[in-house]
Amino acid sequence: MSEMTQPAERGFSLQSLTRNRAFWPIFALLLILLGNRLIAPDFFNIEVVEGRIFGSLIVILIRGAPVVLLSIGMTLVIATKGIDLSVGAVIAISGAVAAVLVSTTDINPILAILISIGVGALCGLWNGILVAYFNIQPIVATLILMVSGRGIAQLITNGQIAIFNDETLAFVGTGVIAGIQFPIYICIAVFVIVMLLVRRTAIGLLIESVGANDRASYYAGIKAAQIKLFAYVASGICAALAGLILTADIKGADANNAGLWLELDAILAVVIGGTSLDGGRFFLGLSVIGALIIQSVETGILQSGLPPTFNLVVKAIVILIVLLLQSDVVRRWISNSVNRLRGQMRGQTA
Amino acid sequence: MKSRIFPLIATIVVFILLYMIGWQRFPAFGTTRVVLNILTDKSFLGVAAVGMTFVILSGGIDLSVGSIIAFTSIFCALLIKDVGVHPLGAFAIALALGAAFGGAMGAIIHYLKIPPFIVTLAGMFLARGCAFLLSEASVPIEHPFYSDISGMYYVFEDKGRLTFVATLFVIVLLVGLIIAHFTRFGRNVYALGGDKNSALLLGVPIARTTIGVYMLSSVLATLAGIIYSLYTRSGYPLATVGLELDAITAVVIGGTLLTGGVGYMAGTLVGVLILGVIQTYINFDGGLNSWWTKIVIGALLFVFIALQKVLSSGRPVFKLPSLKR
Amino acid sequence: MTTSTQPILQTRDLSISFGSVDALVSVDFNLRAGEIHALLGENGAGKSTLIKLVTGVYAKDSGQILLDGKEINPRNPREAQLLGISPVYQEINLIPTLSVAENIYLGSQPMRFGLVNTAAMNKQAEALLNRYNIDIDVNRTLSSYSVAIQQLVAIARGVDMSAKVLILDEPTASLDRHEVETLFNVMRQLKADGVGIILITHFLDQVYEISDRITVLRNGFKVGEYNTDELPRVKLISEMLGHELTQTLGKQATSETAKPKNQEAYIRVDGLGRKGYLEPIDLTVNEGEIVGLAGLLGSGRTETALLIFGIEGHDQGTIYVDGQAVHLRSPSQAIQEGFALCPEDRKTEGIVGELTVRENVILALQAKRGWFDFIPIKRQQELADEMIEALHIATPDAEKPAGQLSGGNQQKLILARWLASEPKFLILDEPTRGIDVGAHAEIINIIKRLSNDGMSLLVISSELAEVVDYSDRVIVLRDHKKVAELKGDEVTENRIMQVIAEEPNV
Repeated sequence: MSEMTQPAERGFSLQSLTRNRAFWPIFALLLILLGNRLIAPDFFNIEVVEGRIFGSLIVILIRGAPVVLLSIGMTLVIATKGIDLSVGAVIAISGAVAAVLVSTTDINPILAILISIGVGALCGLWNGILVAYFNIQPIVATLILMVSGRGIAQLITNGQIAIFNDETLAFVGTGVIAGIQFPIYICIAVFVIVMLLVRRTAIGLLIESVGANDRASYYAGIKAAQIKLFAYVASGICAALAGLILTADIKGADANNAGLWLELDAILAVVIGGTSLDGGRFFLGLSVIGALIIQSVETGILQSGLPPTFNLVVKAIVILIVLLLQSDVVRRWISNSVNRLRGQMRGQTA
Repeated sequence: MKSRIFPLIATIVVFILLYMIGWQRFPAFGTTRVVLNILTDKSFLGVAAVGMTFVILSGGIDLSVGSIIAFTSIFCALLIKDVGVHPLGAFAIALALGAAFGGAMGAIIHYLKIPPFIVTLAGMFLARGCAFLLSEASVPIEHPFYSDISGMYYVFEDKGRLTFVATLFVIVLLVGLIIAHFTRFGRNVYALGGDKNSALLLGVPIARTTIGVYMLSSVLATLAGIIYSLYTRSGYPLATVGLELDAITAVVIGGTLLTGGVGYMAGTLVGVLILGVIQTYINFDGGLNSWWTKIVIGALLFVFIALQKVLSSGRPVFKLPSLKR
Repeated sequence: MTTSTQPILQTRDLSISFGSVDALVSVDFNLRAGEIHALLGENGAGKSTLIKLVTGVYAKDSGQILLDGKEINPRNPREAQLLGISPVYQEINLIPTLSVAENIYLGSQPMRFGLVNTAAMNKQAEALLNRYNIDIDVNRTLSSYSVAIQQLVAIARGVDMSAKVLILDEPTASLDRHEVETLFNVMRQLKADGVGIILITHFLDQVYEISDRITVLRNGFKVGEYNTDELPRVKLISEMLGHELTQTLGKQATSETAKPKNQEAYIRVDGLGRKGYLEPIDLTVNEGEIVGLAGLLGSGRTETALLIFGIEGHDQGTIYVDGQAVHLRSPSQAIQEGFALCPEDRKTEGIVGELTVRENVILALQAKRGWFDFIPIKRQQELADEMIEALHIATPDAEKPAGQLSGGNQQKLILARWLASEPKFLILDEPTRGIDVGAHAEIINIIKRLSNDGMSLLVISSELAEVVDYSDRVIVLRDHKKVAELKGDEVTENRIMQVIAEEPNV
């Protein structure tokens, strides 16, 4: 959709390609994947063992699933000029709810999963009400749940790592259909559903309008509060799904560590994807690419034999580079010096 | 009644109430031990919170302080242990590094107009990552200087112990209070947070103030890291994960508006003490679990934010100019 | 007269343009020491631009600025202030969260032992304000005081920094009569001290009450420079609005508030108002009728529009649509009733610059239809193309970001947005401001066409010729109050100007 705005009219040219906003994130992802290939020669190998597809690329997709999901919800929130710091805590809560329900009650696991998603939606509703109806700054409003959320999760699990044996719930994290792990299906389903919701209804346009110009949107009759509420609830649901995957994966809910700092990864993924923290135009697909970039870096570091501790430094450097490239000041500086250089070259030839 | 002092009074009242509740249940709250222990336990949080107060007063946020503490602790430990630098020398190097780091973040925030949230997030990853690069495990520090420091304390009659690090926290807080309220820099920070555009028109040096604020915050976070290393006699790259959240919480509970421009340094002390009292109470009470700390703190945070909202609700959401030029 | 003839601040041939718009063209402005000089003109006349050039917010394209006869080139407001030019804006550029004393001395606090001496600062501030007979607790936060006090504090700060030139931009806009009196006393005192004061205001009574001389700007040009007591009010208004008076004036206008004969008025506004914002107003708009809202800037025209459209809340009165009372508390409710409003400030209230032309066109219609009744992309494109063609919007295609269009095309785009929502009642606030001549004529044609198609329109404009051209009736506002309703033969430029210029009956 709007990811690929304005097809190149004058045919293919390098310039029109690099101007496309989808170019740089995808280029960066390919570059990182190639880098990984240099480190690990079997990186692109994909093999089917016992009806199951294996390979580093698949690992990236599976491991990246939680951040992919978070980044989808976070994109909507950021597009409304908001931010959701609480998704990590919501992961802990939803995981705790599902794990405790299936391990201590006779409840149907499907129902437990639905309740857990519902709890995520409620968390989003809480954030959304604070932001949309009480006009509390998003960063402050979601800080409350970020601080208390892990406490609530621990309360639910009674401070233990809630271990369970339910196969249905475990399937969410480790199940395989047609050789492909279930989390990948969840990501695809969520992406498609959200994409349909925002691009085949008016929601996407209204989100972009509210994020880009709150005041003009109000004059045009848009009810911004409802739009914001939608975004935060969507983010809560995405976080709950991520929580279910993480919990199901280890067959246990770790209230302290599940999803720790993932909100930062999600925000980073959105920013790498080109959605501005100032709200407005958003790019769901590119946010997903951003999430995959983050995961590829992590996987690459892991495979390189470097200690995983390099992760953070590399991530910091990636953020800095992305920020610098997105900064108007730096862009102007670059284009000015390019122009100056061109001018000099022209001067020499003349 | 000055409305800007109201949150501070509310904070003090909450603190006294909590303390009374604690005293009611546990007579130990009546001794100097509890307060002094809180001051010691929370000394590095408190020092970082003083820096955070400046940042929030200026209308910004600093997510990097927890990581800077961890980095400093491991950096000093290695300098002392492997390089053989005297602790004081190591501290000086660390502080200079901290100042440069904070100054760089401030410069990026101001000149490149990137939101402080993102810049300090990168700073958080970078500092934590560097800490890991230095060492992945805890590094104990054995140096006579450290033993001397931990031997420096004053014992009250009821066995309350005023430690060196607690004293340092109180001194930092007092200095912070003076800087915030009685220097031009401090007043410029308030002006910047109160209304950036007006501050510019009134001649406040925005660049210098912004960079100064983040530099100060990083320096204090470094100092907090030094305190951490004195307190634990070690350096640990996984130390104080998420401490920035506690610091922000203490500042907000202390009555400083997250929108900037309004707040008291003294409130931050009370905010830190409130966090300490809640934790002490829950520790004393065998039946209550540690997670209640987070829930109670979250609830307090909500109450204070709601209170601030009510107090500032006179301001219109949109500044509609009633008459246009 | 205490006024000296020595100019303290002068501009020579001062010009600046933004893109293709000439904001100020070769303006010579002369401010003398010890005078109060009113700078007048309608929106877009260049008043703000002149002030921003003099205070270093903008850099001039050509010309000179002279202070005490020496050329100055302030690069920012701080430099201008150090030179002695202090502006005080309507939106008061002080720090609301700091105390009064701190606001006065921010950056120049009295120090002792390297620390700010708060006690001395408070004492100084008290003494300073006492000179102007203001007795307040200077230790309280600025925001706890009324706008009037905040304004006076801003003036005190400006003057204390050794101001030679004080610029007051709409200082009395939100003050009551008593507060205005206090402000004027302070101004007279400063004048006696030899400060040159530039006063920008839309209250003509106050201009005549306090100012010594007047400079009128229009469309970036200086129209003239007059002694206040030699310039008749009607002449001043015609200079501001740019129309020559063609017949002798003198007869008093009779206020017409008669109800229209037709009781079936499509829109009837009955006593709509809000205390301190707009006096209760009655107006009707019939089907297919164009009603003009005339009056000077700040007379309550825009306020009327905002109240009707539900953007500002009203505390009295009722709106009837087709005889049915409706309760409008938000624009979205007004839109459901078939209302539409093209706001005056295109950039912040009109277009969503990041979105494309197509998206901007369908925005109001889509908001009206809700989330799920999505207009198919194909239909969106059709609508956008229709509008681009019908309104002659100059854009290569409908997928261009709206922020990249020119002013006139943005104006047409907002009009297109509302037309797409198929309104029955359209309010236009200054639809022809700041757009080129061609677009101007087109928009007027569109207005007429819409009314022929049966739409009811309420049009606000400062361009009297255009109001007279298309309006069936004209309602004239002054000082936030409806003062006359003109219809039939009465709808002439002269008549409107007469009504505006009438001395209010005290």
